[in-house]
Amino acid sequence: MPSHTFTVNGRSVTVDAPDDLPLLWVLRDLLGVRGPKYGCGVDVCKACTSHLDGADIRPCVVPVREAAGREVTTIEGLADGDTLHPVQEAWLEQDVAQCGFCQPGQIMAAVALLKRTSEPTDADLDAIANICRCGTYFRIREAIRSAAAKMR
Amino acid sequence: MMPAHGPDQGSSTPTGDRDRTDGAAGERGPARRSFLTALIAAPTLALATRIGADALAPQPAHAVVPSLPAPADLVDLGDLFIVAGAPTAHLLVLRVETDGIIHFRLPRTEVGQGLTTAVAMLVAEELDAPLDDVRIALEDARPELLFNQLTGSSNSIRSLYGPVRQTAATARARLVAAAARSWDLPARTLTTRDGAVHAPDGRSAPYGSLAEAAADPGLPVLPAAPKPADRHTLVGRPQNRIDARAMVTGRQQYTLDLDVPGAKPCVLRRPPTLGGTVRSVANLAAVRAMPGVLHVVTVRTGVAVVAETFGQALDARAALDVGWGPGPADALSDADIRSRLRAAAPPPLLPPLLTGHVDAEFDFAFVSHAPLETNCAVADVRSDRAEIWSGLKSPIVAKQTIAAELGLPADKVTVHVVQAGGSFGRRLFFDAALEAALVSKACGRPVRLMWTRIDDTRHGRMRPASHHHVRATYALGQVLSFQHRVASAETDFRHGLGEMLTATAASLPAGLGNATFAQTLFLTTVKSPYHFGLTTQSLTEVPTGIPTGSWRSVYSANTRGAEEIVVDELAARLGKDPVAFRREFLKNNAQRAVLDKVAAEGEWGRALPEGCAQGVGFHEEYESRTACLVEIDTRDPEHVRVTKAVIAADVGRPVNPRGLEAQLLGGLTDAISTTLRAGLHIDKGLPLEGSYSQFHYARQRDTPTDVRIFVMPASGEPGGAGELGVPAAVGAIANAYARATGTKPRSFPLDFDVDFTPYPR
Ligand code: FES
Ligand code: FES
Repeated sequence: MPSHTFTVNGRSVTVDAPDDLPLLWVLRDLLGVRGPKYGCGVDVCKACTSHLDGADIRPCVVPVREAAGREVTTIEGLADGDTLHPVQEAWLEQDVAQCGFCQPGQIMAAVALLKRTSEPTDADLDAIANICRCGTYFRIREAIRSAAAKMR
Repeated sequence: MMPAHGPDQGSSTPTGDRDRTDGAAGERGPARRSFLTALIAAPTLALATRIGADALAPQPAHAVVPSLPAPADLVDLGDLFIVAGAPTAHLLVLRVETDGIIHFRLPRTEVGQGLTTAVAMLVAEELDAPLDDVRIALEDARPELLFNQLTGSSNSIRSLYGPVRQTAATARARLVAAAARSWDLPARTLTTRDGAVHAPDGRSAPYGSLAEAAADPGLPVLPAAPKPADRHTLVGRPQNRIDARAMVTGRQQYTLDLDVPGAKPCVLRRPPTLGGTVRSVANLAAVRAMPGVLHVVTVRTGVAVVAETFGQALDARAALDVGWGPGPADALSDADIRSRLRAAAPPPLLPPLLTGHVDAEFDFAFVSHAPLETNCAVADVRSDRAEIWSGLKSPIVAKQTIAAELGLPADKVTVHVVQAGGSFGRRLFFDAALEAALVSKACGRPVRLMWTRIDDTRHGRMRPASHHHVRATYALGQVLSFQHRVASAETDFRHGLGEMLTATAASLPAGLGNATFAQTLFLTTVKSPYHFGLTTQSLTEVPTGIPTGSWRSVYSANTRGAEEIVVDELAARLGKDPVAFRREFLKNNAQRAVLDKVAAEGEWGRALPEGCAQGVGFHEEYESRTACLVEIDTRDPEHVRVTKAVIAADVGRPVNPRGLEAQLLGGLTDAISTTLRAGLHIDKGLPLEGSYSQFHYARQRDTPTDVRIFVMPASGEPGGAGELGVPAAVGAIANAYARATGTKPRSFPLDFDVDFTPYPR
């Protein structure tokens, strides 16, 4: 079985797994990193959204071989110890989460967006395709705007 | 109570005694010694006072033709839940540990509705303790709770508001009594605040220091009563979720995040039609030999693969070559269902000559519950016992059924209720838990069973499709009659509701006659808020073989949504403005207050560009009422969007207004989705839709950029709120669409093209 070495939330890991095993299952089933959620497995719901070298990816469709030598960040790796990322703080301030299941992916998508632009437009926000089945979209909007303002 | 172990602490079997609301496993150390375990007798609920009060209260004289109270005006389904739960309300368990932490075991589930936060607020309020000191754990299935462990019908706060406060108030009285005895002071001179008992001389004792003494059964305790509402300092004020931090850091644990030792990933290959059966597996040996595969076993619902990772289980599942037997609905497609429903609804009575009438027929498609966390469970079945973890709204029935299926005594089956990633009614059913138990038994190892999204959409349960025929007559500016005949695909309520209704049959108002079980539910949940003269609403059910289940607001979303459309059309016939017309025909001022609020805050009547319009809707249920005003933009027919929403709600007494606003926001998004684009096409016994790319639940781009929600001041006891938001918003959106496009919306969702290539069966 091929072995793959990469970084997860600042920690170097080596796993034995088939090359094409989706990163989501490597994280969840082999490494016990269960912040990224399964919602569809086909890059539709975006619940699994995490970062690869700082850019957002959907690990349900990224084979583990593509992570080799690179840095994976999941929701668990976003805060700096007890200090939350400003986007997480904004999520608390707006009390965004309902069931919470989509929120790791929503937050990781928002962080990636704010890396690309510090002043997201309505169109930028509309382009976030993550499903929230509880329908928290308006609070997500408000939270991203609030985080963007604080991060500027 | 046994010491608690977090699931990742290496205990051989995780116990159910975990606190879910801080979400993180392993945060709690070894159990602290000794606590007050209170099984406190709460008094029988005062119920009779409220039943029918608003229906029977004198109404101001009206020129309108009054309607008699409907059954749901007299006793609604939620009242029946309260009656059914009352005999066991004293079995609530609250304990105070020596570290001062207050633990409450909640006999309901948290699926995103914010219940644990609201209950923690009630407990903290009555104990005068900081909210941070309260932990809420979801109670394992406890059959002795009978009907008091079912989460549904917007009933949790309504049924728990009294008993939880009484339990916490009694605990407070015991803590005060313990301090009184140790200080040798009269209990009535002592006060409580900030999690401590205080004496007039300045001494104080934190609750933790009193926990052991307060547990002494010989302690003389003064009778306790909950605080009057005007002394509430926490209840009624906006509060953020107690589990929010766990959710934004990824530490919140859902069923498949639990670490049950040895539990391996499991998925099923399901039949090509609903309810189909497994006949044979042609390549069993080859699939068993695939990388990572541990077991392949056949169960009633399909072929299960257990593997080292879900990725490998999914590959093996795809490789299976299964011969299938037919299901009960193989021949059924949308057109047949629609014509059967149309044929089943008895025609309304003909209007008398010379009266004007509005006549409208509506169709609503099947809708998936589609919670983001798919159906799932963890099961560890041994020869003499079993342990199950799942997000369950009806855990007692789950436990009893699973025990019977496994051939084990019920007391050997432990069922843990796990916080879930959404429900909307779906988790009233425990099919994943039962499947996981059967697979675990068949392969002799613990399993983590997950439904794929495609299976969840296709083989999950659905809101039944329905057909509606509404006929209203009017003359001389008055509405004389309002008839609504509903025909619906049969809704499956076999999750404990039947037993509950039977047990409370004596509380049902006279006049339900020989109503079937579903009709009883319909009549205790649906009512018209208007004085429209002779008003009748009736339900006919059509069995289809398609798995169904209550979907947020059960019958109300479609039934009341359709009625709100007719209300607008009646207003137009009578030459009246939709808001002014509703004001005139609503039954009381509390109803008018929410309508007036949205009309004022939403600037009803403001000018909008061509192709854009406002719409309004009203709804009342479970002692709560709400109005919704939306603005819609239909200028791009490919992308119709609700751009703004203003909502007002009066729920009698909001426990957590911020949580209530979240529920209303969710209801609005449900209404946007199901009215405009989200539904399921049934084609030869299976939905075509397989994922969110096909079942078009709204995304950010489909939802308003301006939402304002107003919670009306407290005026009584808590009403229901979880489902309240959907029907008024359905009406508002459809009415706005009608005005913007000059059409009459009749078939929902409005945009229901098959704009995708279905996944293979
Ligand atoms: S699970 Fe990865 S996008 Fe849905
Ligand atoms: S909070 Fe439940 S899916 Fe988004």
